[in-house]
Amino acid sequence: MFGVTGTGDVSGFGRLVRPRPAVFDSPRPYGGYFDDVYDALEEAYPALSEAIERVVVDRAELTLHIRPERITDICQVMRDDESLRFELCSSVDAVDYLGSDERRFHIAYQLTSMTYRRRVRLEVAVPDGVAVPSVTGVYPTADWQEREVYDMFGVVFAGHPNLTRILMPDDWEGHPQRKDYPLGGVPVEYKGAEIPPPDQRRVYQ
Amino acid sequence: MTTSEYASARETTEGRVFTVTGGDWDSVTSSIDPLSNEKIVVNMGPQHPSTHGVLRLVLELEGETVTEVRPVIGYLHTGIEKNLEYRTWTQGVTFVTRMDYLSNMSNEAAYCLAVEKLLGITDQITERASTIRVMFMELQRIASHLVWLATTGMELGAISMMLYGFREREYILDIFEETSGLRMNNGYIRPGGLAQDLPDSAVKKIRDFLAYLPKKLKEYEAMLSGQVIWQKRTQGVAVLDVTGCLSLGITGPVLRAAGLPWDLRKTMPYAGYENYEFDVPTATTADVWGRYLVRLAEIKESLKIVEQALDRLRPGPIWIEDKKIAWPAQLALGVDGLGNSLEHVAKIMGQSMESLIHHFKLVTEGFRVPPGQVYVAVEHPRGELGVHAVSDGGTHPYRVHYREPSFVNLQAIPAMAEGALLADVIAGGASLDPVMGGCDR
Repeated sequence: MFGVTGTGDVSGFGRLVRPRPAVFDSPRPYGGYFDDVYDALEEAYPALSEAIERVVVDRAELTLHIRPERITDICQVMRDDESLRFELCSSVDAVDYLGSDERRFHIAYQLTSMTYRRRVRLEVAVPDGVAVPSVTGVYPTADWQEREVYDMFGVVFAGHPNLTRILMPDDWEGHPQRKDYPLGGVPVEYKGAEIPPPDQRRVYQ
Repeated sequence: MTTSEYASARETTEGRVFTVTGGDWDSVTSSIDPLSNEKIVVNMGPQHPSTHGVLRLVLELEGETVTEVRPVIGYLHTGIEKNLEYRTWTQGVTFVTRMDYLSNMSNEAAYCLAVEKLLGITDQITERASTIRVMFMELQRIASHLVWLATTGMELGAISMMLYGFREREYILDIFEETSGLRMNNGYIRPGGLAQDLPDSAVKKIRDFLAYLPKKLKEYEAMLSGQVIWQKRTQGVAVLDVTGCLSLGITGPVLRAAGLPWDLRKTMPYAGYENYEFDVPTATTADVWGRYLVRLAEIKESLKIVEQALDRLRPGPIWIEDKKIAWPAQLALGVDGLGNSLEHVAKIMGQSMESLIHHFKLVTEGFRVPPGQVYVAVEHPRGELGVHAVSDGGTHPYRVHYREPSFVNLQAIPAMAEGALLADVIAGGASLDPVMGGCDR
């Protein structure tokens, strides 16, 4: 907490910037419906072993790490196969693992099967500057969500019909939710005292 | 070319551009040659009373028919997701409650459920805390639907509905104020519990409200449902069937009005919703009328849930037992807002050094959350609200993403409005109930 510098700490509380802990494959059986989903996917998509990087079960959620070039094929199968039926793509968003993963951008697709009441997360990892195939052809709802990811992280989705900024102004420079993009802010005066912006606060030196 | 002090025109490479300031459509239309120049592009919003907030719609019109709509959003982007990464997990509540300002209880609850799932303490949340959460989420749903009824009424010409809707909503905001000290943006639901216990005076207010609202609902139905103008403006307007909804990711009342009874409170229960008895209202018309009926019915179902929650309410703790997570102080409402109770301040300042250290560490530094990621979804008044929370093991969120139903649902405007009349764009957009604070975050 006192006098911590050089860790990239933004809190001023000496929160060490720790690398992302290694993510391991979960052993079979995965438990619950996860085994059914995996088996059904393997049956419907025989080349699954080439497309999948790892399977992680954590906190009762199944995450399938997919190779970027296969994501549209997998989504297509997940949506259309009778024993999978993930009709709804709930969410598409990105996480920036800067410094802890060479492929820093992880795109997470939260799929929902209304038929079986199941949820599965697909995750795709790409380094900066590499495009991810767009899933808008399979799930049109991903349109705006991929635009948001592009706007905030600068990840390009190949095949997206209209990949432009959506939340930030068109002429904005940079991608604000990248970890190396500063939060910014201005000092605020409150009751006579000046309070610095959040990323410069409380440096106990 | 007609010139007018209200609609000045200038020539650009794209054609003639008018800047219209109101009450001057004659001067615009009279200067357009109907034979050679049929198409006009109209920019509606972002500051427009009928776009439900700072939403901008770029409309291409042929006569009164809309041939193309492009929604433009981002005018209310506040960078909340980025800001969350610079605060503790507990402070995050203060931010997320400001996203969708008409349903802040759902925002807070979804965030807290996600943090609790990351911590692995979902089962340790006390019965009383969960019951109050459910009750407040439902009260918030009623308030949100009342605002929808009010604003949609106004946009379709039923001004009195706006006054009634906001009047009834004020009762709910009073209940929130009585409990948390704030009418809106409460910051009431916290990871591990609630900011404060529900006072008896609020319980009485809720009981009064339960007796009051059903009578008023009958009045709204009498005023709107049988009304020919209301029917003509809503029936068969902005139709979007189940296939369209699912491919565009539309959930909530819009999906249920298309006939699919998908409600996360029933299908994937959270916070103890499986213990309450309620129905999932649906309609089959898939139009604005159906969405109106579904929302009205949902208000009634929410009243049923609130009543059951009140009956289930037993005295007990509102924070989890784990002192490493539970807020160290009993909060109390003072003249200057919510703060630590005098009793607690006296204890940490006068009697127990360890309590002071514990308080200081937990409040300033916050608790650590084991690394990992979760996705938690709740049924928000507008559809599925999902929180994707990622922790790197620290005291701050590594990343929090909100899957906002307003954001996703707004994609449906072109599908609903293209090919229809200009007036139906208003009805269709309103029926999605977008809240731009949530949409842009």
